[in-house]
Amino acid sequence: MPTLELTNPAALPADWRDFLALTKPRVMYLVVFTGLCGLLVAPVQLPPVLSFTAILCIALGAGACGALNQWYEADLDAKMRRTAKRPLPDGRMDRQSALHFGVGLGVFSVLLMGLATNWFAALLLLASILFYVLVYTVWLKPRTAQNIVIGGAAGAFPPLIGWVAATGHIAALPLLLFAIIFLWTPPHFWALSLFVRSDYAAAGIPMMPVVAGFESTRRQVFLYALPMAAAAVAPWLLGLTEVIYGASAGVLSFVFLVLAARVAANRATEPSAMDAEKHLFAYSVFYLFALFAVLVADRFLPW
Amino acid sequence: MRVEDEVIRKRQRDRARVMALLLGAFVVLLFFITIAKTGMNW
Repeated sequence: MPTLELTNPAALPADWRDFLALTKPRVMYLVVFTGLCGLLVAPVQLPPVLSFTAILCIALGAGACGALNQWYEADLDAKMRRTAKRPLPDGRMDRQSALHFGVGLGVFSVLLMGLATNWFAALLLLASILFYVLVYTVWLKPRTAQNIVIGGAAGAFPPLIGWVAATGHIAALPLLLFAIIFLWTPPHFWALSLFVRSDYAAAGIPMMPVVAGFESTRRQVFLYALPMAAAAVAPWLLGLTEVIYGASAGVLSFVFLVLAARVAANRATEPSAMDAEKHLFAYSVFYLFALFAVLVADRFLPW
Repeated sequence: MRVEDEVIRKRQRDRARVMALLLGAFVVLLFFITIAKTGMNW
């Protein structure tokens, strides 16, 4: 449990923009996009307003995760340059407001999802919020270098939730989409943590480069990229998509593997010499967007 | 009124406006959800 008490010295009510910042809107894009793709590739099409509500609920759930994460890690965020200007460590908001906002947003998103779509989707949304906050943030992140590996499951839920919101049940394709994001998360986050290692070390967070060193982390980035690439092409190999998805996934994954191999071959220890890691991190975001976009295009366009 | 009080009042007004907008949007959303659900005959 964090010990540092961060209070608002002027007793000034937090600005609404600070509540918005608490939801980490920049991280939300990928969550919303993958959730939307899960919903769109489902065989059942919901009325537009219910589809919109399902995606809104996924976004609000992700916002709740961000708020509760920042509430719990306010003292750690204060130690890292990248996060020191967030509303809590910067003293622009008191912790209790962040807690109330996060819990309220989470409860609201789950209830709305249940009422608008179905309670199975709401249950999955609740599970993803609890997994991110309790399993990843509270339990794994401060304790083990495997935090991202297991915690990655939290970020893999959105396409599954989108699919279940539309159909009411789980199938092979959304499970594969879950697997793709689950296996994509370690190389994505480790590429980032390699060039911001000093931040994590200063905050005492046992990220892989801090605990296992650069060489081991780089090797694992490449090793995790291999099953990720296999999972990416699996929907086509299993006959769940058309060849256009299979070919696109193959090409996109091949480029990912090449960039991951460059990371594995890099021996730099200074962030300024970590272009390979920065390229992989940037490409990994594009990769997931492109992969899911092609999946939707494959479903709708008459090839 | 002190300058600090004015700043606090302005923050409260801004937050109240945003809250009112969100509540209004929620009411509209609930209306359309109800229409969609009744139309789906669930």
